[in-house]
Amino acid sequence: MKTFSAFIAGAIFSIGLTVSGMSNPENVIGFLDIAGDWNPALMLVLLSAVVVTGIGYRLAWKRTQPLFDEDFFVPTSRILDGRLMTGSAIFGIGWGLVGLCPGPALSSVVSGNSSIYVFIIAMIGGMIMQRNLTAFIDGQNKAVSA
Amino acid sequence: MNTTIVFQSLLGGTLIGVAAVLLMLTLGRISGVSGITSGLLSLSIKKDDFWRIAFILGLVSGPLLLGLVGGEIPEIVVDTRLPYLIAGGLLVGFGATLGSGCASGHGVCGIARISPRSLLATGIFVAAAVATVFFTRG
Repeated sequence: MKTFSAFIAGAIFSIGLTVSGMSNPENVIGFLDIAGDWNPALMLVLLSAVVVTGIGYRLAWKRTQPLFDEDFFVPTSRILDGRLMTGSAIFGIGWGLVGLCPGPALSSVVSGNSSIYVFIIAMIGGMIMQRNLTAFIDGQNKAVSA
Repeated sequence: MNTTIVFQSLLGGTLIGVAAVLLMLTLGRISGVSGITSGLLSLSIKKDDFWRIAFILGLVSGPLLLGLVGGEIPEIVVDTRLPYLIAGGLLVGFGATLGSGCASGHGVCGIARISPRSLLATGIFVAAAVATVFFTRG
């Protein structure tokens, strides 16, 4: 049931991205291009998604545990650190360059557009680079403090 | 912006919200696409890998299911040149894992939880993206 629910959630998520036009980079760039012909659609998509999620999460959390797992896995950190800020800035630059982020890229795989494949491979490469670099830096810091 | 686009935006956003709530209600997880993807990138096989793979398969096959029920699959236009496309992908992957989230995890789920980290992250990545578009396409 866990696997099936995750599949359905992924599919609905993807259909939402497709229906809203947000899987198309043109519409994302249109939103980011505030100096040009600004397209506010992304704001409406985000707003409706946030309202539904906000209400739904609070209803779900009234339960003591999720339907098919023992606990809710919700991040509890409230620390505003350098990693969060640097990472978000780097992510934003990449997002602005192409108009794609992980969700829309994956939900556009079936379009057969080869640019999407290039982007996804580069994105996974970036994730692996980040992991290795962070592990290396943490290792160095540990070595220094030891 | 005409009424069709307003309707599609609100419908699509609502579906994204429904999906996020469904994953929280059933598995107790945040629908953050970068986190779900990067969680798969370790060499060992974990119990958690199964739902992550299932979510990604759902993401990939969503438009096909939409097509099956007669929905229209819009064309995807990527007009970015190859070097920028590769750079963009690398930056998105690197930045999202370093910053613990992307547009879905921070932008949708995080703002819905009123998480201070996600509010800050979203403000920063939208500002960075707006500046990037301004300088590269202006």
